[in-house]
Amino acid sequence: MSGTVTVLYFAALRERVGRSREVVSLDGVMTVGAMLMSRRDNDAVLDAVFSGPGTVRVAVNKILADFEAPLHDGDEVAFFPPMTGG
Amino acid sequence: MAGLHSEAEASLRVLVQESPFDVGTEMACLLAGSIHIGGLGSFLGVVRGGNGLVALSLEHYPGMSEQMLTKLASEAIRRFALCGCTIIHRFGRLLVGEPVVLVLAAAPHRADALDATRFLIDRLKTGAPFWKSEEFSDGRCRWIESRVEDEEAAAGW
Repeated sequence: MSGTVTVLYFAALRERVGRSREVVSLDGVMTVGAMLMSRRDNDAVLDAVFSGPGTVRVAVNKILADFEAPLHDGDEVAFFPPMTGG
Repeated sequence: MAGLHSEAEASLRVLVQESPFDVGTEMACLLAGSIHIGGLGSFLGVVRGGNGLVALSLEHYPGMSEQMLTKLASEAIRRFALCGCTIIHRFGRLLVGEPVVLVLAAAPHRADALDATRFLIDRLKTGAPFWKSEEFSDGRCRWIESRVEDEEAAAGW
């Protein structure tokens, strides 16, 4: 899969990663999980954050998804901790 | 009475905002929507103090938060045959005692209005992309973690 996706981080995850958004090249990866693994291989901070404790939720184009979700050029992927509204 | 109101007829008001809201105005607005309303359930969530807490900072995912709350409101309207419902969720820095969230559910009869109110607030706590950070008087800040009880309350519906 070619193209790029926009990756967003929220709340505690955003603070630990140290940024709220970045544009990531897909470079042939097909899923959220594959994209994340490829990013972790190239970014020690990201690898440390995602290997740490705590559940990570994911949304693709503002809809809750999982790490198997397919990615397409232009998608928006968000990673965040479990939600604590109300 | 199930089926009395179609989802299209029911009024649905969802707002995600930094500014305060007026509960009386919101109730009047919802009541004006249908002559079939016999009762209105309400829940007002406020910032609870104690242990040196001075404020909560709420972060949300713009676009997705409105979308998830609207989906939740639609589900409540279908499930409890509501005449209408209102959800207002604030974000930003809120001091102890300030309102955070308002849930209103209007139905012909009280059981549906009250059940829907509880359904909405239970589901909203873990099902809409908001995150709270606690700010204490000594300057410490800490992200609130999701609670098992909240997950169970949401799953119980």
